[in-house]
Amino acid sequence: MARELEPDGSRAGIERLLSQIREQARSAGSVEGKGVAVQGAPFPHASPETGYCGLPLLKQPQWGWEIPIYFFVGGAAGAAAVVGAAANWAGADRKLVRDARLIAASGSVISGALLVADLGKPEKFLNMLRVFKWRSPMSMGAWVLAAFGASSGAAAFAQLLRGRTDSDVVRAIENVSGVSSALFGLPFSNYTGVLIGSTVIPVWNHFAKELPIHFGMSGLNSAVGLLELSGNTSPALNHLGLGAAAVETYISVRTETRHARVAAPLKRGASGWVTRAGALLSGPVPLALRASACFTSRPRSRSLRKWAALSGIAGSLLSRHGWMQAGHASAKDWRLPLEIAQPARSAQTVAPPSPPVRA
Amino acid sequence: MSVTAFLTDSTLCIGCKACEVACKEWNQLEEDGLQWTGNSYDNTGALGHSTWRHVKFVERTPAPGKGGNAPDLASWTFSSDVCKHCEVAGCLEACPTGSIVRTEFGGVFVQPDVCNGCSYCVTACPFGVIQKNEEDGRAFKCTFCYDRQLEGLIPACAKACPTESIKFGEIEALKIVAEERMQELRSRGMRDVRFYDASNTSVGGTHAMFLVRGDEEQYNLPPHPEVPTKYLKDSWQSSAFAAGLMLAGAVAAFLWPEKKNGART
Repeated sequence: MARELEPDGSRAGIERLLSQIREQARSAGSVEGKGVAVQGAPFPHASPETGYCGLPLLKQPQWGWEIPIYFFVGGAAGAAAVVGAAANWAGADRKLVRDARLIAASGSVISGALLVADLGKPEKFLNMLRVFKWRSPMSMGAWVLAAFGASSGAAAFAQLLRGRTDSDVVRAIENVSGVSSALFGLPFSNYTGVLIGSTVIPVWNHFAKELPIHFGMSGLNSAVGLLELSGNTSPALNHLGLGAAAVETYISVRTETRHARVAAPLKRGASGWVTRAGALLSGPVPLALRASACFTSRPRSRSLRKWAALSGIAGSLLSRHGWMQAGHASAKDWRLPLEIAQPARSAQTVAPPSPPVRA
Repeated sequence: MSVTAFLTDSTLCIGCKACEVACKEWNQLEEDGLQWTGNSYDNTGALGHSTWRHVKFVERTPAPGKGGNAPDLASWTFSSDVCKHCEVAGCLEACPTGSIVRTEFGGVFVQPDVCNGCSYCVTACPFGVIQKNEEDGRAFKCTFCYDRQLEGLIPACAKACPTESIKFGEIEALKIVAEERMQELRSRGMRDVRFYDASNTSVGGTHAMFLVRGDEEQYNLPPHPEVPTKYLKDSWQSSAFAAGLMLAGAVAAFLWPEKKNGART
């Protein structure tokens, strides 16, 4: 149907107008007049507000369930090696050192298994050690894991051997590998924060500074928790856990008070609930429990510390899952990379305008 | 051998999808399934592991008085999307196996025999191009027809394009072509035409350049794509800080309470 072009709507008027448009286009290169409106045309109008049909630009992470578990296990193993070396150096009791080394060694084995299982081509996992790339956190992580696995394994093995033969060679191996497992355990416990912080996923790179600290302290929290649950009662562990929980509380306050829209997946929806529950269980809850454990009698303090340990471990697992889910939610937010403002009126469910009529 | 590029001119594209077909034929890519997206005539949706060319159908409201269309009418533009082959490529930087390399033609190439499917590149591409094929296990994207270029042939999509909307050639020459084309279009009243190659960002320019009309957001082209290595400095600094904190805390915890502990027992 043609739009009314002449006041009287006559055909002659339309034909005359088309001739005018043609002449104007020829002489000026563009025309002022209106064209022909087709009623009910199936045109979803694009505009700077709709992006491209509201389709996400970024791809969601393609990691499987293994990766957030790996973040948890790797963090705990790395921190356990550090705790073990510090305990060994300060001359703490042998059980604590032995347990810490066993957690570090078994954690590195589980970490490797989880990572290989997640690869699309697991048989090609050795290609990770084909190059050494400073600029790739994944490459650095692979090398750190290899070095950490070797040294923490050697430390645990020498520890076992020492129960039978207390030779100088075994003792030397144990000391060297204990120190080197702590050296590699330090980056191993928190590099996963660098790994996801240095990506294009908006919510991750926005918190690139906070993530390594959060992941490292979360790992320390769970290492301390695992040591306590395996029967170690050294007050040093409680103090370490207290410190880790304090830093975790600080980080969660920082993320919670960041009001940028990019932080929305940490506060809304399923990812928001999981991240917040994780932050609560790794920060304020163990902080309060461990602080009160400092001032109570021994049996009561042990029970408080046990609950703090469980809370820290659960919080660490939950927050790794929460951050992963937040990454997915962030990649789906098509407005962020296109720098399109969220419509003022309501939440994220606003769809781009649909075609007016469909035949 | 020269450093080459694509120039995709959306003002010439007629939306025939010959580039999509030619790409699939030459590279023997699997079909994507027959799904109706409801988004105009674009049933491809996005680039992916088996879609290396993607024709976007952008219905938009043109500026008043342009091209004989009324302001309240839609105009149709089409634009064939492809891997941008960034000068500073996030996928290449992120790849831990060295599978992703830069070719002598300036393109970014994934060596399928080296890729082990860690999928880190997927989260490193600011244009959402590279994707892991979950069935195969490896990541795939446009090869810039590296095999054809080695033989002196132009990429399959550019060869199949019937309107020369996809131009292929030496990169500096193509930039001049783009500049001339923009001047020509502007002189004909199409004043909203824009050149896109992300050269003003940390990506440092692309080997797939575009001429689009109006805002690039409508074509799902990000105004400020950033290569994620940009965040490395901050996050490694934090990592070092966290490591120092952990070490100092562990040492202090085991030194400090020992006396107290000894006194208590």
